[in-house]
Amino acid sequence: MRRLATGLCALALTFAALACEREERRFQTLPAKSARAQPVRLTTLQPGQSLPARSGHGPYDENAWAISEGERLFNQYNCSGCHFHGGGGIGPPLMDAKWIYGSDPQNIYDTIVEGRPNGMPSYGGHVPDDQIWKIEAYVRTLSGLAPKAAEPDRSDQMEARRSEQATSPAAPRGQKAEHPQ
Amino acid sequence: MRDTASGHRWEGSEQFYRGAILALGLALGLAGCRTRASKEDGKPAAPARSAALAGARVAGQPPAQQDDGQWLMPAKDYASTRYSALAQINTANVAQLKPAWTFSTGNVRGHEGAPLVVGSTMYVVTPFPNILYALDLTQPGAPLKWKYEPPVLPAAQGVACCDVVNRGAAYDDGKIYYNTLDGQTVAVDAAAGGEVWRTMVADINKGESITMAPLVVKGKVLVGNSGGEFGVRGWLTALDSGSGRIAWRAYSTGPDKDVLIGPRFKPFYPQDRGKDLGVSTWPPDAWKIGGGTMWGWISYDPELNLIYHGTANPGPWNPDIRPGDNKWTAGIFARDPDTGEARWFYQWSPHDLYDYDGINENVLLDLELQGQHGQRRKVLVRPERNGYVYVLDRVTGEVLSANPFVHVTSSRGVDLKTGRLIEAPDKKTGFGHIVRDVCPAAPGAKDWQPSAFSPRTGLLYMPHNNLCMDEEGVEANYIAGTPFVGANVRMYAGPGGNRGAFTAWDPAAGRAVWSVPEPFPAWSGALVTAGDVVFYGTMEGWFKALDAHTGKELWKFKTGSGIIGQPITYKGPDGKQYVAIFSGVGGWSGAIVAAGLDPRDGTAALGFVNAMKDLPQKTTPGGMLYVFALP
Repeated sequence: MRRLATGLCALALTFAALACEREERRFQTLPAKSARAQPVRLTTLQPGQSLPARSGHGPYDENAWAISEGERLFNQYNCSGCHFHGGGGIGPPLMDAKWIYGSDPQNIYDTIVEGRPNGMPSYGGHVPDDQIWKIEAYVRTLSGLAPKAAEPDRSDQMEARRSEQATSPAAPRGQKAEHPQ
Repeated sequence: MRDTASGHRWEGSEQFYRGAILALGLALGLAGCRTRASKEDGKPAAPARSAALAGARVAGQPPAQQDDGQWLMPAKDYASTRYSALAQINTANVAQLKPAWTFSTGNVRGHEGAPLVVGSTMYVVTPFPNILYALDLTQPGAPLKWKYEPPVLPAAQGVACCDVVNRGAAYDDGKIYYNTLDGQTVAVDAAAGGEVWRTMVADINKGESITMAPLVVKGKVLVGNSGGEFGVRGWLTALDSGSGRIAWRAYSTGPDKDVLIGPRFKPFYPQDRGKDLGVSTWPPDAWKIGGGTMWGWISYDPELNLIYHGTANPGPWNPDIRPGDNKWTAGIFARDPDTGEARWFYQWSPHDLYDYDGINENVLLDLELQGQHGQRRKVLVRPERNGYVYVLDRVTGEVLSANPFVHVTSSRGVDLKTGRLIEAPDKKTGFGHIVRDVCPAAPGAKDWQPSAFSPRTGLLYMPHNNLCMDEEGVEANYIAGTPFVGANVRMYAGPGGNRGAFTAWDPAAGRAVWSVPEPFPAWSGALVTAGDVVFYGTMEGWFKALDAHTGKELWKFKTGSGIIGQPITYKGPDGKQYVAIFSGVGGWSGAIVAAGLDPRDGTAALGFVNAMKDLPQKTTPGGMLYVFALP
């Protein structure tokens, strides 16, 4: 009986302790400075005066070896099953100038990690970050966004396509990311 | 249950390892597969073929049956003839055909569907997001009665191999039944438009989707999955038409109990007899991700109480990963619709090397074959993707004839003694090499686009392809919910340079009677009427009417977009005959336009883009229903 009483008492105390958890009341709002003054933007339209956009940099964007690794991973993770060798199929083309979710390295990284609502799977947590950045670096080469020195100089695919470097300048290519600073 | 958030979304298939293991993949629990490895009406037909005609009759229908002017299922009847006995529009007056009214779907993807006409209402289903519209045919201009919009997961677009198409609905007992891209079967009250039931039957996280039109047989809604390019395990399932509950499911691979093979299974050929062939004709466990989907057509013979359905290609495309006959893929089953039990099976393409899905239409005829005077046989005619028109005894599954209807290099005929396709060793695809000049290409001599049969002419009217390809086998990694193909492909026009054709075929004699070349694959369905007019559409957007006897073009109309839909005809409440067709390019062949693919990568869209680089100059996307009538 005493044990039961002790037990009930402990239980009551536990509930009481939990009840003490109160909503924290903030007397100050977040400082205005906390707004990300230079986010990576997905659009050029801004309310009011235009603020500068930040360009994200992938760690491997200028690294030829990492880009070739990115190509290998692009095939092995079946990215090529939907985007093929840049022309698209189930997923949109990656070799043209249209970027639904942005061509900035950070945009591409986010697209791979988060997935996109109309069919792009979310690879975040399934693939190491390091590999995602390599895939990101390779994806940018498909539309000529990578520095010339780092781009692969020939295509290894069955298709007798000209190399990435030799793609006709008349053909549509992606926009280079802007570096306002 | 879905488990997207957890790590075990990746499913393994270690058994396939024959070369280097991808350590990075293993670290994630992701197993890579790297390998090296009739209505006979007595009217005399064209004199040249009267012998063949005498024997042609549509199965399961009394010869004198009148056409009620409705269109209740995409193939018109259980025998899948797409033949209408309406004859107001005929060879003499079809040239006066004019648009009567149109209806915009507001959808820019491929419109492969067939409209239905039930009483005085027309029903159309759009591509994803699969909206059902009911149009009132009693009013001028057929205004909208109602629309039904099911909740469809947009993510399903990521597991649809070949555009986000839908091939139509079926009507039975007051309800419209159809499938959604994300794997649901829905039943909608045909009068009021309310949802009666909705059942999730497939799982996009396994790579499954649904694009086929269901068939309703004896209170069962028959539905099959898509996803042969995603390592899914194919199945056909029956849902109770009243409740939406699953009555049975028959898989295309795996142990006999899953395939619904039991004591009543009597295949004609010895290679299809034996225990658990759906397991033993695969490397260990490969059948679990081996394809054999059922995204095509089903026919039904009420007399024999048998349904007939094909099974699609084995996966992945790279055949080195799956030595064996890969049963029961790339074949055809006869099943009891009540229980799903398999009664016989025949394999069009054992150990398929070229993505020859075996899911095309099965036209059920009672036919007097050439040289067999007076003997009418119950047959099933199948224009098959591998390039042959097969005539099968539909009671037993015996191959009676198999004749090529296009240029074929991928095989050397069908051995009528053994029933087996004769392989072409020089065209064997696989890892590490490129095989060139493979004809027909992966979409086959004829893909899903359904043909029509006229008991008046005794001819089968086939819209089809004339494509060849180069194929390179590469590694294929199975990651659930992503493509599992293992091949780079580049397609191009076959001999003659025309990428398609519309051919009239005499199934009794096993030969073409006439053929009209088309610049692009003829990717629409066909329709033939008692007016001896045959209709089909082209990918440039022409809707054409030909003389069913001669193939002479009698009329054409340029619609707003390329046509890949299925034409139908019906008698309106005003007593007039109408012809309806969806315009709206897309599908596998038209993905370059509907999805805006880049022509510089010929391997895009599984290599179809290489053959369609000029399509964007010929047509633009946009779905619209066109309905034609005589003035």
